[in-house]
Order: sequence, then C-alpha cells, then structure tokens
Amino acid sequence: MPVVRIPSVLRKHTDGEAKVAIDGASVRDVFAGLIAKHPDLAESLLDGDTVRGFINVYVDDEDIRYIGGLDAPCSDTEEIAIMPAVAGGSSFQAFR
Amino acid sequence: MIFGDISQAIGRTPLVGLPSLSPKGYMLYLKLEGQNPTGSVKDRVAKYLIDEAERLGLLTKGQRVLEPTSGNTGIGLAAICTVKGYPLTCVMPENTSDERKQLLTMFGAELVFSPATEGSNGSVRLAREMAAKDPDVYMPFQYGNAANALAHYETTAPEIIADLPNVAAFVAGLGTGGTVTGVGRRLKAWNPNVKILAAEPEYGDLVYGLRNLDEGYIPEVLDLDVLDSRIKVDSLRALEWTRRLASEEGIFAGVSTGASLAVAARVCKRLPVGSEVVALSPDGGWKYLSTGAYAPGDIKEIATAISGTLWA
Repeated sequence: MPVVRIPSVLRKHTDGEAKVAIDGASVRDVFAGLIAKHPDLAESLLDGDTVRGFINVYVDDEDIRYIGGLDAPCSDTEEIAIMPAVAGGSSFQAFR
Repeated sequence: MIFGDISQAIGRTPLVGLPSLSPKGYMLYLKLEGQNPTGSVKDRVAKYLIDEAERLGLLTKGQRVLEPTSGNTGIGLAAICTVKGYPLTCVMPENTSDERKQLLTMFGAELVFSPATEGSNGSVRLAREMAAKDPDVYMPFQYGNAANALAHYETTAPEIIADLPNVAAFVAGLGTGGTVTGVGRRLKAWNPNVKILAAEPEYGDLVYGLRNLDEGYIPEVLDLDVLDSRIKVDSLRALEWTRRLASEEGIFAGVSTGASLAVAARVCKRLPVGSEVVALSPDGGWKYLSTGAYAPGDIKEIATAISGTLWA
C-alpha cells in the first residue's frame, strides 16, 4: 500500500500526520481515499480534475506529469510524495 | 589554448567517462562544467546574458546589472561584468554558502539577501521589486531570458554531440531549467530518440516549511515538454553519489552532480544495453566545503544537516 507524504504546509489538514497509508490503483484513487479521510485537503490538493498549481506529485520519485498524471499507476508503489514547487520545480497544472 | 580575456575561455569542457560508477553494460559520461573559468556551468549563461543584452542595445556602457542568483550565475556574471566594465548587484537567499558570498564580494559585486525560507523564489521576488523601483539598472533575469537556454543550445549541446554522437540520454539538474531546455532541444533535433531527464533536488522541511502554495514561481525558460522524465533525489542519495564520484572516479563535484548521477544510473535500465548516458556536473565541490557535505562522519546526519541548504 503506498504511503502518501504530506508536506508540512498541509499537515494542518491531516492532524499533523506526515505520512498517510492509502490503498489505490492510481494516484487519482489514492487522492480520493486521502480526501475521504481528511476532507480539508481537497481544496489545497486539487483544482477540479487536476493537481493544484505549485504542487508537484511524485510516484516513487517520478513526477506524475510524465507517467500519466493523476492516472499514474501506483499499485506497486511505495511512496507518493506531495511537494511544494520551488524555483525550477514548476507546477504541474500551469503547464496543462 | 590562448585567449584575449577570460570571457573567451568559457566552454569546451571535458566529457569524462565513469568506468567504475557505470551500471554493468552501460557507460556514463560526466560533462565537467566546473572546468569553466569561474568554476561553473553558469559562465556560459552569464556570457550569453551580457552579450545578448549588448547586441540588443539593452545594456549601455557602465550601466548597473541586477540579478537574482543563488551564487554560480552571480559569480559568472561578476567575472564577465568586471571584464566589460559593468557594476553588478546580486540578490540571493541569506543561506547561500560563505564561499559564494566571498567570491562575489572579491569580484566586486554588491550583495543583497532575501529570506532563506523563501529560497530562490524570494530572490526573484526581491530582485523584481528592486528593478521596478530603479529604471537605471538592467536585469538580465536568467529565469525568463531566452539567452539562458540559447547558451546551452549553441555551446553545451554541440560539444556533447561532437564528443559523443551516439548519446542516448542526457541528465541535468533543474534550476532555472535553462540547461535541460537548451541542451534537450538541440539533442532532440540531432536525434529525436535521445531521452532528456531532469534531476530535481528534494530539500528538507526547513526549505519547504513556510512555502505558501499560492505563490510558486515557474521559470519561463523551462520547457517541460522537452523532458521525458523528472525525478527527485533526496540529499542522502545525492551525497552518496557525490562521494562515490570522488572515491571511485577521482572527481570532486558539487552535491547536485550526485543527484544527476543517481538519475543517470536509474535511467540506464530503460535504455538498450550498450547505451551511453551523459550527466552534467554544474560545478566542483570547492564552494560547498563549509556546508560540511564532504566532512568525515555519519553520512545520514550530514545529509540531514545539508538538506536545509539549497545545494542545486
């Protein structure tokens, strides 16, 4: 089961939890499970059907933009990391 | 090789094989950009930024140049500006290493610091505010200036093609995005099958901690479509590869070189056996000695300590 790493700026929505284990076949599934568990995350994480601007999502270190976006498979995944974008680390959504 | 001044001695860097670190059946090569005159790949960018501004009439004799830079671009600009007679102001995060600050000061640049917690985003913000208030300065703005990627399109990539025409993949770090964009476009024009990969440093909570998710910054020179993959590398793995590079290949490089090597080794298994992969080493390790990255001791503790530093 993949473990989702929550960045410190979003931990206020997860009762301070830095890592949340959620099952799912794709990043979309995992995010749906994560939001069901911590509903306040929805607004920070997603903008409609895309990842919100200035957030990067990685499946076992690979940016999901290059492996199918929210449909990126993650049944054999160890970690999904949600990270704030820094200069050079541009946003997923802004380039869609 | 003889040159009229230091600005002409930029580029034509060595491409060096890594026989010990290459995964079995593959060959990794490292482009040693630390061999440039001020010690980093940014000499190429600095020269193009100033030459283009002069060519377009945006920079006049004696005019002050202002740039947000975490160090290497500033050091390159400082050398070029010294030779060409332009005063320079650099805006950088306050946690930039002492070596970089001292080098810039010695080259005659004026330093302005932005909060460490804002990273390079903060330097960009502050430099833009300063430029808006002072119409007499010229800001090349490497994050949004096409000359940044052009330097790599016209110099770095042709050198790689000349040295290694069968290159199968190219890996570089993500900073401004100029390297992967410029080299990537040229290599793909040469051979559309070449894979372009970006190694993205993963910092510690100290760097990400106070970041406001509503205020990101996307460098305009970064063309995400030229990339085939973007892979993040944490401080520990980057440090492990940087140290192996010294102990097994005799090459002393900055920590972001280790991040690109980690990605280069990872990508090999997606390529046909026998493929040759180029990673770009942006600089040597000299400017990072004070960070403790190369000190003896527990590598995990050192990695944690440096993860609060912007090492790319």
